[in-house]
Amino acid sequence: MQLTFTLNGAPVSVETAPGRRAIDLLREEFGLTAAKEGCGSGECGACSILVDGSLRLSCLLLAAQLAGHSVTTAEGLGTLEAPSPLQTAFAAHGAIQCGFCTPGMTIAATALLAENPDPDRQAVRQGLAGNLCRCTGYVKIVDAVLAAAQSLPKDHA
Amino acid sequence: MTAIDALSPEDAFVQRADALAKAVGREQFSIDVTPPGCLWAGAKRAGVPHAAITALDMTAARAVPGVVAVLTAADVPGTNRQGIVHKDQPVLVETCVRHCGDAVALVVAETREALTEALDRIRPEFSPLPGVFDPVAALLPDAPLVHPDHVGGNVLVHGLMEKGDAPAALAGCDVVVEGEFSTPLQDHVFLELPNGTARTAAKGGLDMVVSTQAPFRDRFEIGQALGLNPMHIRVRAPYLGGGFGGKDGATVQCLLALAALHAGGRWVKMVWSREETFLAGYKRHAARIRLRLGASRDGTLVALTGLMHFDAGPYAHLSGEIMALGMEHAGGPYRIPHTRIEGFCAYTNNPIGGAFRGFGVVQTSFAMERCLDALALRLGRDPAALRRQNALRPGEPNAIGVATETGTDVVACLDAVMAHPVWANRLEWKKQAPPLTRRGVGIAATLNAMGYGRGLPDAAAVKLELTPSGAFLIYNSVPDMGQGNASAFVQMAARALNQPPEAFTVCQPDTRCCLPAGSSSASRTTYTFGNALLRACRSMREKLQARASLALLVDDPSRLALVTGGVYDPVTGQTLPLARLAAFLSRDDRFCVDQFTMPVVENPPETGKAFKFGFPHRYYSYGACVCAVEVDELTGQTRLDACVTAVACGQVLNRQGVEQQIQGAAAQGAGLALFEDTALTAGHMRAQDLSTYLIPTALDLPDLACIALDDNEPSGPFGLKGMGEIGIHGPSPAVAQALADATGLTVRRLPVTPEAVLDALAAQTSGTSPCN
Repeated sequence: MQLTFTLNGAPVSVETAPGRRAIDLLREEFGLTAAKEGCGSGECGACSILVDGSLRLSCLLLAAQLAGHSVTTAEGLGTLEAPSPLQTAFAAHGAIQCGFCTPGMTIAATALLAENPDPDRQAVRQGLAGNLCRCTGYVKIVDAVLAAAQSLPKDHA
Repeated sequence: MTAIDALSPEDAFVQRADALAKAVGREQFSIDVTPPGCLWAGAKRAGVPHAAITALDMTAARAVPGVVAVLTAADVPGTNRQGIVHKDQPVLVETCVRHCGDAVALVVAETREALTEALDRIRPEFSPLPGVFDPVAALLPDAPLVHPDHVGGNVLVHGLMEKGDAPAALAGCDVVVEGEFSTPLQDHVFLELPNGTARTAAKGGLDMVVSTQAPFRDRFEIGQALGLNPMHIRVRAPYLGGGFGGKDGATVQCLLALAALHAGGRWVKMVWSREETFLAGYKRHAARIRLRLGASRDGTLVALTGLMHFDAGPYAHLSGEIMALGMEHAGGPYRIPHTRIEGFCAYTNNPIGGAFRGFGVVQTSFAMERCLDALALRLGRDPAALRRQNALRPGEPNAIGVATETGTDVVACLDAVMAHPVWANRLEWKKQAPPLTRRGVGIAATLNAMGYGRGLPDAAAVKLELTPSGAFLIYNSVPDMGQGNASAFVQMAARALNQPPEAFTVCQPDTRCCLPAGSSSASRTTYTFGNALLRACRSMREKLQARASLALLVDDPSRLALVTGGVYDPVTGQTLPLARLAAFLSRDDRFCVDQFTMPVVENPPETGKAFKFGFPHRYYSYGACVCAVEVDELTGQTRLDACVTAVACGQVLNRQGVEQQIQGAAAQGAGLALFEDTALTAGHMRAQDLSTYLIPTALDLPDLACIALDDNEPSGPFGLKGMGEIGIHGPSPAVAQALADATGLTVRRLPVTPEAVLDALAAQTSGTSPCN
C-alpha cells in the first residue's frame, strides 16, 4: 500500500506492505534506528515513538496504522547539533550507559513532561515504568528528567 | 606541564564522550547494521532438554520460497565445537540434544518472513533421554551422563582451596553456624539482543559486525568450530547495548559465520529473539553452597568449610573458572585463619551457565554473608560490628592465603554505610512502619577481584595515532558494553597529553586495525587497557616533543610542553601546532604502540591446583551495602526502600561513571534478590520473556545510593581499580538479612518470593522458625 504520514515534522510517502511492523518500516525504510527492538512484544519500551504526541510502541504497530498521523522518533526530538532539553539532560546527568534504552526513555519522558510539566520523582518513575533499563538502576534517568523539567519554559497561562 | 598521573577535581565530573550520540539516537549498535538486500539467518532450537535426534527432515523447509540454505551439523566444515577453554559445544548438534536451547538446524533466507516460515517447517523427531537437572544429583553413580565420553562423567571440574586445617579448627570452635544456600539461574537481559552481520570477503575471509565482548577471541572460537583461519576473520564490535558477561563467548558468532559461508558473498544478518535468548543464551550459574563457619565466643572468625555445586549446564563455557572465582571469594572480605572450600562443577541438561557480572562471587558472597548474619544472631552481636571486627586489613592474608594489597579498605566501607542514616537511624525507621507492614534493615560486606588472575595473562595492546589533521585517534581493543570504558580512555589520554577531550576520537574494536586485547570482562577493562594507553601516551608525548624540537630548533626536547593543539617552547614562546607537526611526519611515525599485562600474585599459595587458568587474584575492590525493606503483611510483597553501597575501588577517575556502575550493579543484585526467577523445571524455563521473567522497573527500585571512597591503587592508571562488578554482591545478602529482621524469615534461597514471606509471617505467628 501507499502510506502517507508525517515523520519527524516532514511529510513522507512510502510503498510498503500494510502488515509490516512500524518499527521495521522506520528502521529499514527510513534508516531511523533510534527506536530499538528489545523484545518485540511490547514489554521493554525500547521501541517507543510518539504518534500525534502520544506514547506508542512501534513493535506493536503496523505500518498502516501510521497513515495520516504525525510520528516522532528520538531523531525527531533533537540532533547532535541541537539536542532537546531532555536529551541534553540525559547526557549531562549520566542517565546513559549502554544507551540502548535511551531513545525510548527520552520519548517516554517527552510524553510524560507534555502531560505533567512539573513531576516529582515518583511521577517520573511512574511515567517511565514501561521502559526497561538494565544498566542504570534508573536513578540518574529520574535525575535527568527532573532536570529537564526544571529547564523547560513553564506555561503560566 | 601537567604531570601525567595527576587528576584535577573537574575530571571527576566529565560527561561521557558517548552520551550525546546515544541520547539523540545516532549511535549505531551492531543491531542497527542492516545492509540493503541482506539475507537473514536463524536457528531451529531443540526445545527438549535431552534427546537423541531420530529424524531431521529438511524438505519442507527447503521448499519455502526465498530460502537460500538449510544447514545441519553435516554442513559444518570444522570441528563443530565452540567454547572458550573447553571446546565442547556443538554449533549445530549432530545426534544428541543436551539442553532446550541447542541448535539443530540453521536456515538462511531472503526475508525474515521466509526465515520464520522455514524454521516452522522443520519438525525434528526426538527420542527422549532421561535428563539430569541438578548439579548434586548429576554426581550420583546412576545419573544420566550429559557427555557419555567425558572422562569424569558429569564432573566438569572438581577443586579444592585450603588454608590451615579447617576441619580440626572448626571442631575446636566455641560456636559454629552452618547452612545450605541456593542461588538461581539469572538472565542478563541486556537490551540489545544477540546479533551480528557477516559476509565472506575476498580470499576466503569473513567480515563480521557483532555485539560481542571478545572480538579478538571470537576469531579463534569461530576458526576452531568452522575450520577457518582465525586471522582471516575480521570482527568489529560497535558499542554494545549491554552485555554483563552474556556476550563473552560466542552467541551468534559461529552460526552466523556458517550462514555467511552459504550466502554467496552476500551480507547475512542474525538476530536472536528475546525468547530465543532466554532459551539459548548463557545464564548466571545456579549454585548450591553448604558452609560451616566457626568462631570464638568473642566473635573472632576461626574456620570456614564449604562444599559447593555449580550447575554448568551441558557445556563448559567458563564454568570451572567461574566456580573457582566463587571459591576464592568464599571467605568474603574477612580474616579467617583456617579455610577449606571444595567445589564440584557439574554438567546437567539445564541452560548453559556462563559469565555474568560477579562471576561466581555473587553465589558465594550470598552464602557467606548469610552465615555472618547467623553468627551475629547466635552471639547476640550487632551484624555490622561483627563484620567490622573481622574485616581484612591491608597486608593480611585473605581466605586462601594471598596477602592483600594496600587499599584493602573494608573497614572504611563498613564505616561509610554504618554512618549513613539508613543504618544509623534504622531502629527509629522500623518503629515508624505503617499498619500492616514490617520493616527491616540488613548489611553486607563484599569484595571482587580484578582481572583474569594468575595463569591467564590479562593483557591489552594499544595503538594511538596522531591524525594527519593533528587530532588523536585511540584504537580501542576492548568493547564498550555500556560501562563507559571508551569514554574513560578519552579522559585518560586527554589528561596524559594535556589536550581537550574533543581532540580524541575512539575507533571501536576492529580486529583488522586495533591491536589484540582480552575481553571486556572481569573488572579489568579500564585498568588493563588504560595502563597500556597511558604508556602509549607517554611515547606519544616524547615523540611529539622530539619531532617538534627539530622544527623549533630546540636542543633539549624535554623543555617543550604539550598545550592545547600544539607543542610549546616556554623559552622562546613559540608554539608548533599539532596539525603542522602531523603534516611533517610520515604515516608510520604518527603511531605509538604499547601494551600492558596485569601483575599477578608472585608467590601463590600451594592450593587450588585444579585451577590452572586464572587463580589466584592479586587486586580486589571492596564494598559494603545496607538495604532497607518494607514488607506488606497481607500480600507478602517486599519493597526495597533503600540501598546504600560504599566502595573502595582506587582513585575515582569519573565519579559519575563510578556511580553508574554501582547503581546498575545494585539494581541487578536487587533483581536477583526479589524478582528474577526463570522458574526452571526439568530443564525447561517457564519464564520465557520479559513479562514472565521480571527485572526491576523504575517503580521497583529506590534511589540507589553510592558512596565512592577516596582510595588509591598504585599500579592502576590514575590510581584506579576495576569496579564494574563489586556493586552487585551487596543487595542479595543485605535484602535477605533485612527480610529476616522484618519477618523472622531465614532466607536460604533466592529470589525471595511473596509466598515465602507470607509463609514466614504465618509461621512466626504459630511460633516456629521459618526458612525458605
